[in-house]
Amino acid sequence: MRTLRDQAAVAGIGQTTYSKESGRTVTALACEAILGAISDAGLRPCDVDGLVRFDSDPVGEAVLIGNLGLRNLRWMSNTGYGGSGGNAVIVHAAAAVAAGAADVVICYRALNGRSGRRLSRSHAAETVSGVEAFQIPWGMLAPVHQFGMFARRHMIEFGTTSEQFGHVAVSARRHASMNPKAIMRQPMTLADHQRSRMIADPLRLLDCCIESDGACAVVVVAADRARDLRQPPVWIRGGSQGSGARTEGIVFREDLAAAESVNTARDAFRSAGLGPEEIDVVMIYDHFTPFVILSLEAYGFCPRGEGGRFVEGGRIDFDGELPVNPHGGNLSEAYLQGLSHVIEGVRQLRGTSSAQVPEVDVVLSCSSVAQLSAAVVLRRD
Amino acid sequence: MLSGLPSPEVDEDSRPFWEACANQELVLPRCLSCGRFRWPPGPGCPHCQGRGTTWERSRGLGQVYSWVVARQAMHPAVALQVPYVVALIELPEQVRIVGNIVGYSCDEVFAGLAVEVFFETRPDGRTFPNFRAAAAEQR
Repeated sequence: MRTLRDQAAVAGIGQTTYSKESGRTVTALACEAILGAISDAGLRPCDVDGLVRFDSDPVGEAVLIGNLGLRNLRWMSNTGYGGSGGNAVIVHAAAAVAAGAADVVICYRALNGRSGRRLSRSHAAETVSGVEAFQIPWGMLAPVHQFGMFARRHMIEFGTTSEQFGHVAVSARRHASMNPKAIMRQPMTLADHQRSRMIADPLRLLDCCIESDGACAVVVVAADRARDLRQPPVWIRGGSQGSGARTEGIVFREDLAAAESVNTARDAFRSAGLGPEEIDVVMIYDHFTPFVILSLEAYGFCPRGEGGRFVEGGRIDFDGELPVNPHGGNLSEAYLQGLSHVIEGVRQLRGTSSAQVPEVDVVLSCSSVAQLSAAVVLRRD
Repeated sequence: MLSGLPSPEVDEDSRPFWEACANQELVLPRCLSCGRFRWPPGPGCPHCQGRGTTWERSRGLGQVYSWVVARQAMHPAVALQVPYVVALIELPEQVRIVGNIVGYSCDEVFAGLAVEVFFETRPDGRTFPNFRAAAAEQR
């Protein structure tokens, strides 16, 4: 059987300072993160022969080639989508390596997401087309409105509560408070969450991820290069992208109380030859708190409908039964569309996290369950 | 009624819907092959991939499937129009469409609330379907 299993490894990670106003161009941010990741791996820009870009990233390949001296590229790809991209780029890099198309692949994401164009807001112009023509005129304007529909439906069908969403937010903040890179480090209680204002009821301010400026980069290398580099290899044990039935106009999907990434979960676990019971730390794309709950259900960590109860009582804290997002996630560290989650997964496997979980052998990083999805399974040597 | 938001473009897949709105009728696309309705409009049937479409009039009597109460304005046009309810309305045709629940307390919407379609003409002259509590539910 042909598989991605252990054919590639993460050899380097890089990130800029995260802030609400970088005062720098996205190109400068991307270059810093990429050079940091290359250096972390003990490589040089001329060693890079592959490049994977988020299709929504403002920094194009051509710009990077010129600014970084990437003169030896022989393979490039783009992939989306939004929040699934952080894992999807890793799947693409591993696939390129497995196919022999490249040996040293850069994955990156750069955005001035707070000081520049804010993803939380509608930027709709005078007219709207396609699916938006059937949403925007009624004030369904922003991600918080669309994803709030899922949160509400989970509450209706399973009795999930705002307090349970709050447990996710509090856990993320506890982790961020230990992470010197995190933007939101001041302690938060469940009462703070419950007092935060409604943005789109049932979603409160503290249910929403932060918006930030910054960049992340990851270097993926072929297995036969991985052992000779500066860092211990973190093996890409498996991974997958997935679609579900409707990814444009997600609110028109048949079942809003369930995750459509069940196929991605199945495929990622199958390619890794592992299951949820073997995962030590889970990195979950947390654009809104309820999606941690839906992801835990989709990836088989708890039965459908029980995710709300699952996140109570510190279970997903770094010192809990199933640590989730020990870096603080999109909710409290920074919003880099999931690539920062892969970086934290690598840190956990290297033993260098700011909220280190003991004896981590296998990490799952999985994306949002509402759009196109992707997941990677990482393991240490 | 929300005003000032961007106007929907009419295309070949949606033209019958917008033309019917102008006549205060709600019509939905239905597959000629399998008979299932679909929403939003598109070039073919997502269930059976049939390409033939008929447009059928709906009575517009439905129930609230899910909703949010928008309290923070996410577009400058609605800065003075929050809070408002955005809901997914489930129709007997087995599709859900987006609407507001007009004339109803934001805090009292519930799953299964019975609603009925009505039509709003906005300042730009475009007519849109929207929803209000069905007669029996009005308060």
